[in-house]
Amino acid sequence: MSMNPAISAGHKADKAGEAATRLDVSCTHCDLPVPRGLIEPGADTQFCCAGCRGAYEVIRGCGLDDYYRLRDAAAVDTNARTPDRLPSGFTSYDTESFHKLHVQPLTSGLCAVDFRLEGVHCAACVWLIEKLPRIVRAAAGSDAGQGVVEARLSMRQAVVRVVWDPTRVKLSTIAQALNTLGYRPHPAKGLSKQALRRKEERKQLMNIGLAGALAGNIMLLAIAQYAGLWGGIERQYDQYFRWLGAGLGAIALLGPGRVFFRGALSALRARSPHLDLPIALALGVGGLAGVVNVVLGRGDIYFDSLAVLVFLLLVGRYIQFRQQRMADDAVSLMASLTPGDCQRLTPEGETETVPIEALMADDRVKVAPGAIIPADGEVLSGEAAVISAMLTGESAPQPVSRGEAVYAGTQVVGHTIVMQVKTVGEQTRVGRLMSLVESGIASKPAVVQRADRIAGWFVIAVSLIALAVFCAWSSVGVGVAVDHTVALLIVACPCALGLATPLTIAVAIGRAARRDILIKSATALEHAVAAGHLILDKTGTITTGQMRVLAWEGDASLKPWVARIEADSNHPIAVALANDQTDTADSISIDVEHITHHRDGVVADTPIGRLCVGSAALMQREGVMLPERWATPASQAEDAGHTPIFIAHDGHIAALARVGDGLHPDAESAIKQAIQLGWRTKIVSGDRPAIARRVGAAVGLAPEQTLGDVTPEDKLALVRAAQQDANQKGPVVMVGDGVNDAAALAAADLGIAVSAGAECSLTAADVYLARPGLASLIELFTLSRHAMRTVKRNLALSLGYNAIAIALAAAGLITPLLAAILMPISSALVLTLAVGVNRPRAISHASDTENQD
Amino acid sequence: MAVLYIVIPIALVLAGAGLAAFLWAVRKGQFDDLDTPAVRMLFDDDDSKPDQNNDQS
Repeated sequence: MSMNPAISAGHKADKAGEAATRLDVSCTHCDLPVPRGLIEPGADTQFCCAGCRGAYEVIRGCGLDDYYRLRDAAAVDTNARTPDRLPSGFTSYDTESFHKLHVQPLTSGLCAVDFRLEGVHCAACVWLIEKLPRIVRAAAGSDAGQGVVEARLSMRQAVVRVVWDPTRVKLSTIAQALNTLGYRPHPAKGLSKQALRRKEERKQLMNIGLAGALAGNIMLLAIAQYAGLWGGIERQYDQYFRWLGAGLGAIALLGPGRVFFRGALSALRARSPHLDLPIALALGVGGLAGVVNVVLGRGDIYFDSLAVLVFLLLVGRYIQFRQQRMADDAVSLMASLTPGDCQRLTPEGETETVPIEALMADDRVKVAPGAIIPADGEVLSGEAAVISAMLTGESAPQPVSRGEAVYAGTQVVGHTIVMQVKTVGEQTRVGRLMSLVESGIASKPAVVQRADRIAGWFVIAVSLIALAVFCAWSSVGVGVAVDHTVALLIVACPCALGLATPLTIAVAIGRAARRDILIKSATALEHAVAAGHLILDKTGTITTGQMRVLAWEGDASLKPWVARIEADSNHPIAVALANDQTDTADSISIDVEHITHHRDGVVADTPIGRLCVGSAALMQREGVMLPERWATPASQAEDAGHTPIFIAHDGHIAALARVGDGLHPDAESAIKQAIQLGWRTKIVSGDRPAIARRVGAAVGLAPEQTLGDVTPEDKLALVRAAQQDANQKGPVVMVGDGVNDAAALAAADLGIAVSAGAECSLTAADVYLARPGLASLIELFTLSRHAMRTVKRNLALSLGYNAIAIALAAAGLITPLLAAILMPISSALVLTLAVGVNRPRAISHASDTENQD
Repeated sequence: MAVLYIVIPIALVLAGAGLAAFLWAVRKGQFDDLDTPAVRMLFDDDDSKPDQNNDQS
């Protein structure tokens, strides 16, 4: 399943003329344009690579051509995925340690496993993946029988649950089959947390069902009583309805309504205001007075209003909880995409693939280029470079050789190394940084949501008014005074407030999720409104974190040849040079023989002559002179933090490429907008100060706002200092991607992790921007501003409604009937405003064009 | 109107039965994934049952 440039060479040679006339041929499997050299004239099917051809053959071979029909019918915007090249295969999926970690044995000898899949996007994917039993049977041969019993996909989460018979088919075969189709499987992480929350969600839903059924029935009974107000009602039936209403009402208050009393109690204990306080007050007083009145056979009862109140408030909370849970689940499933196994060397010198969790100190591990180092240790053999961007923020790869220390979480490039493990798990540098994250979370200032803060004042005000009303009416009679006070406390229940806030927030979180902004907590929206400190990480946040050719001086006609000879290496600089090719039509697919990879470059004999691509040291070794004309731009590039790469053609330097970590295309405009919005913006980086300042200058920040050589501890300290800054107004927002940012993300008022961030930064942050670049950051600010404006408007409306209701109650004009009419009206009004009217217009222009919903 | 003493309890029992059905559905996980079943029912499935698959082979 690997791309083979040799396939194309022959076609290009004799069919080039024909192919040139039909440039826009798209791949039958993935719909991407087919490179000119690969087009097969006259064929019904065209493929852009061997991977797509393989996937197509598997799908066809199983008689599943319907996939393409379904996909076209679904008219999806994304294409089928190209299967990845996978050097190691999935052999580790068959090991005992993997099974212990990820596989659940079922009864009757079957096993189940959950995979998080890459590339799931539409209904056709559901169809194809759930045909897995058939596909695996075809792949493993019919003697495997019914190896896979069932595959069920959850589309939103992209998690497939596979039930299979381990005696008939190996898990690695199943994983390979999924990979061949273009859905690369990863064992799903964080599902136990999800299962717990799903249980909680089911409980909430059951409470809503119970509250809804009770509210509906109590209302039916209440209608009979209200009808009796006009038509007259016999005393025995009136009493009958009152007892029934009180009975059902008591179940509603003590069953589903219990959460409000519990919330109020814990708010009292914590001495912090909470919206549950006024709600519990109204429910408690209303319920108690109602029961007393029913038993005594006198006065008004309000059970219909109270039961509806419980129902509506529960619905509002459920919706908010669900939105937050979905964002959180999506983020924690992202963690599954980080690789979980490594190549251990046995004492006999053979390699075995084991999960990282199974590693012990003194194990020897082989790390292939491109892989992540699984533990802290020492290099035993091999010379390679290590990218520490995630760990330290340094953008350029650092060379390592025998005896040098390497750290978990960094990436090896260039060559394979063998290392001896010194420490694993929590003892590693990454592990120690994680404990720093814990301390960051602990130091995070507690936030009281706006609605809760208002609720605190509300309770005090309502209690005082209630007391005054009671005193005023007690001159008329104690019974009358009690009735009016009870009515006041019930209508003063801020139900519109309790409903509107969670719904507005849920709508905003849902809208953000559609723009690939995953918001895990409601307070994140509040914090993104007022401009405060904005602290940005450099590597991976403002820059792409990927090496790129930033400039090319000299002979440009060598570009395709350089791209060709660098194509087989996965050193980041080689990848940058190989990808610099903008026009695929110029690509060279001729086999080049005698490519020699060195630690600092490549030497190859090509049809046009001998090419050397690499550092000054390589040029010296190869006997290439370095004239002054090329030395000056090279040292300039080095000063700017770039890596100069020389290209020598037949012993003379012909070109110079500047390779470096490029800016995200939208970084500059996003930071300018943030500054315009009033954010005090700062860049902190673990990279050298010179590089940090250069990036700062490129996005329009002054040198004193750009800090280099910042350790993870320093970042945490910076965030804390900004929070304690006496002059500061507004929140402290930290944006970052790496392990080195995680502690600061956790401590900041609002931590934002950006696309492709490290696992622990995803855990620590409140918001995850799934789309690369910083444009989403500004969208988040705009969206929050809108959501909070709606919340404020709804607060004003519902407080206004409450003021009128309280005035009516104080005058003794509120009856159960009036309360039953007023309450739903206010709720419906606020609800409409929360869901219907607050479409953020500013954003719709910016991104709805590409994302029509 | 003495029939109310019989009719309303019957109505409540019926409501209780509906509620019980809802609670059962929630407990069975019918509301856990609201997206996938919506598209799954669109496929004309001929062979989704594993035992049928066996018969064909």
